[in-house]
Amino acid sequence: MSGSVAEPVRDPGLQPERTRLAWRRTTLSGTVAAVLAMKTALHGGVSVAGMVVCAVCSGLWLGFLALAHRRIRALAASPEPPALAPRQATATVLITVALAVCAAALLF
Amino acid sequence: MHVIELVRNVRLWFEPQRIRQEGGTPDYRFSLANERTFLAWLRTALALIGGGFAVDQFLPDLRWGWRVGLALALLAAGVLCSLRAVNHWVRCERAMRRGEDLPVSRFPAVLSLVVAIVAVAMVVVVLVGWEG
Repeated sequence: MSGSVAEPVRDPGLQPERTRLAWRRTTLSGTVAAVLAMKTALHGGVSVAGMVVCAVCSGLWLGFLALAHRRIRALAASPEPPALAPRQATATVLITVALAVCAAALLF
Repeated sequence: MHVIELVRNVRLWFEPQRIRQEGGTPDYRFSLANERTFLAWLRTALALIGGGFAVDQFLPDLRWGWRVGLALALLAAGVLCSLRAVNHWVRCERAMRRGEDLPVSRFPAVLSLVVAIVAVAMVVVVLVGWEG
């Protein structure tokens, strides 16, 4: 307690931090799924279809990363961050579903 | 009944202002807890999808039908899980704004049963595959 500037009130339950880490964990899970997708796509040698699926999966992964980054920044910006916007939640879910569709396409 | 409810909720996924109009803003910590639950379900979905890739990649000796069937079952479970995650998140958020009880769900029980069935099927398939 040395500074003259008042410290912003910090949630003793560290809710924003825990939420930020939950986003990090989810990004990590998404990374694992995307890497598995690219491994599957390039399994039997490099082909045009494989490259296309790889590019799509990279794009999806980057999209997920961008969404998580935006949310993490919002969480860090204020001591009482606003709730997640439904559009962001839907976007993350749509990315997950698109990844599953890529996986189904790779099976055939 | 469930389907009508789902269609009504799907509109809410894309229209944040519709949620904001209802009731009062809950304590931000409740919203963050709801968000973390949503993310936990999303990780479950991603793990199931990763499992689908893994079946396809790491059980190459299986017959094609079994391999594709198991992989598709896991992928479908992942898709269902992620769609349900956002739906449940919207319902909880709305219930908190209205001051209602949080929604209950049969989904965890159903998902557990599906995962158990897929796991047993994998054990059987791997054992049969080794013998054959």
